[in-house]
Amino acid sequence: MADTILEVKHLKKYFNTPRGMLHAVDDVNFTLERGKTLGIVGESGCGKSTTGRSILRLVEPTSGEVIFNGEDVTKKNKSEMRLLRQEMQLIFQDPYASLDPRKTVSEIIGEPLKLQKIITDKTKRNERVHELMEVVGLADRLVNTYPHELDGGRRQRIGIARALAMEPKMIICDEPVSALDVSIQAQILNLMQDLQEQMGLTYIFITHDLSVVNHFANDIAVMYLGQLIEKAPSVMLFDKPTHPYTQALLSAIPVPSLKKRRERIILKGEITSPINPKPGCRFAARCPYATDRCRTEGPELVEIEKGHFVACHLTTGS
Amino acid sequence: MSENKKKLILDIKDLVIHYETDDGVVEAVNGLDIQLEEGKTLGLVGETGSGKTTTALSILRLVPDPPGVIKNGTISLDGKDILNLPTEEMEKIRGNLVSMIFQDPMTSLNPVLTVGDQIAEVIALHENISEKEAAKKAGDMLEVVGIPRERFGEYPHQFSGGMKQRVVIAMALACNPKLLLADEPTTALDVTIQAQVLETMKELREKFGSAMIMITHDLGIIAEVCDEVSVVYAGQIVEHGTLEDVFEHTLHPYTEGLFGSLPNIDDRRNRLQPIPGLMPDPTDLPKGCCFAPRCRYCTAECEKARPDKKWVSDTHYVRCSRYEEAEFRIERSEQ
Repeated sequence: MADTILEVKHLKKYFNTPRGMLHAVDDVNFTLERGKTLGIVGESGCGKSTTGRSILRLVEPTSGEVIFNGEDVTKKNKSEMRLLRQEMQLIFQDPYASLDPRKTVSEIIGEPLKLQKIITDKTKRNERVHELMEVVGLADRLVNTYPHELDGGRRQRIGIARALAMEPKMIICDEPVSALDVSIQAQILNLMQDLQEQMGLTYIFITHDLSVVNHFANDIAVMYLGQLIEKAPSVMLFDKPTHPYTQALLSAIPVPSLKKRRERIILKGEITSPINPKPGCRFAARCPYATDRCRTEGPELVEIEKGHFVACHLTTGS
Repeated sequence: MSENKKKLILDIKDLVIHYETDDGVVEAVNGLDIQLEEGKTLGLVGETGSGKTTTALSILRLVPDPPGVIKNGTISLDGKDILNLPTEEMEKIRGNLVSMIFQDPMTSLNPVLTVGDQIAEVIALHENISEKEAAKKAGDMLEVVGIPRERFGEYPHQFSGGMKQRVVIAMALACNPKLLLADEPTTALDVTIQAQVLETMKELREKFGSAMIMITHDLGIIAEVCDEVSVVYAGQIVEHGTLEDVFEHTLHPYTEGLFGSLPNIDDRRNRLQPIPGLMPDPTDLPKGCCFAPRCRYCTAECEKARPDKKWVSDTHYVRCSRYEEAEFRIERSEQ
């Protein structure tokens, strides 16, 4: 077995809502190798962010195991968890909302070092902050500025520097570039790629943007209504999308080229409610190929070729 | 320029719009021209703060004043000089001759009115028909955009994001406008829903024959729905042409930078080629070419004066001083 850093087994997160049980994450399984990037894609409400947060136990998983570096995260107590979180960090989507507006750049980046008592000496901490700022490409003169004085790209660099402060092994990136303009987005993606090479980081990259994840990730997992419906190495997923939803999702991306027009699969309807989902395949209501079996019996995730997993009755046969 | 064969629905000349704030003058739009023929779709592409939305608002004369001031230029809509129309006349034009689809369907609908009533309101306002007829027509419009008539009496919160945007589209098209302004109409939507909405918009445009200005930052959407493209940077159009001109024979270094920043689905290149730096501060624009500080082809000349339009064909122009040199090519044109 390769060097596995993270193994997620039967992860479930249900939310109790007035209208019933909301199945945000419903039995998700995957493994991730050290130094690689897993992209989790899907549309709003598919459970991709909740999956990321459950791994860090920022929301408490309902059941399942999250094995990080050989240890089950879900069984840790509060203080053990605190130590463990040094190795698993999170970068948020909205650099406007995830930074304390009343703290300066250096205070924000230095805060985890202070809280976790990694560097208690103030001068040394400031040195480290300067180092981190250099790593993420923030000019020294910005050290005493406040987040509102900076643009989105720079704010996201602060978020990255803060995450790197703990020298994490794995970073969960929740839509890290969605709020940015394309030219800035490309700068941040390149930075993240460089950091991965330099520090051997493992990323979980949560996004709705398939072209970004194709560029960035080694493996891609597609989620639909709380379930993982297809997972494969990026190249394979783009060459041979197998689940009807993945096919539709790929075909829906507008391509910025006149030569490569693709055949559109326009899905009917919208994502259904994750509250008290009916038995059967969750995608059946929108699936052009759905049969009676799909509506009554949920498909299992099956490996159809090496590394390529699909949950669909049509492809897994019988 | 060649003779105008078709009638122009929109003719904007040398538009300059400033926002005069306490912190300085924001130069939002700086000498922008748009000529749009009837029934055509123009894509305005550019990044946050490039002046796309301000331009669209000026066509409806909805630039907030103060602080917005139209300093210069003319806007002719279907032959009418709208900048000098009295307010009552303008109210007749809005929603009738020209209408707008906003980015966020969640905030552009009234939460306490049913969607049917909101559409009927537009129709009743502009057409001399009874309430009952207006309601019937509103129901028709709902069906046109793919929402069952039975949902007439429901409120916006009962609809999903994609459905709400359909309602907004129905409202915008209710009076059969000659020009439709769509400001990032699908940015707030998921890709599969975006595909549905774009498809609906394309069908409807053909059916109603409206001209459209599609404002977006997504070159993929431009390729999908537009006939012509204007690339906007710091309040000016830096390159304009047909889809083919701009996508296949790119001229401006900024346009090249936009393409280089996009992850390409069919070509997993190792590295993206982003544009270095940031958009210039609109309260303090450079004297010369606004893109010069980020441009890899920049020379000392570029920093001296703002470049003029240079037409390279009947349909394609660029604002870049380097093209004064006969030999100048950007990298993309050699691929």
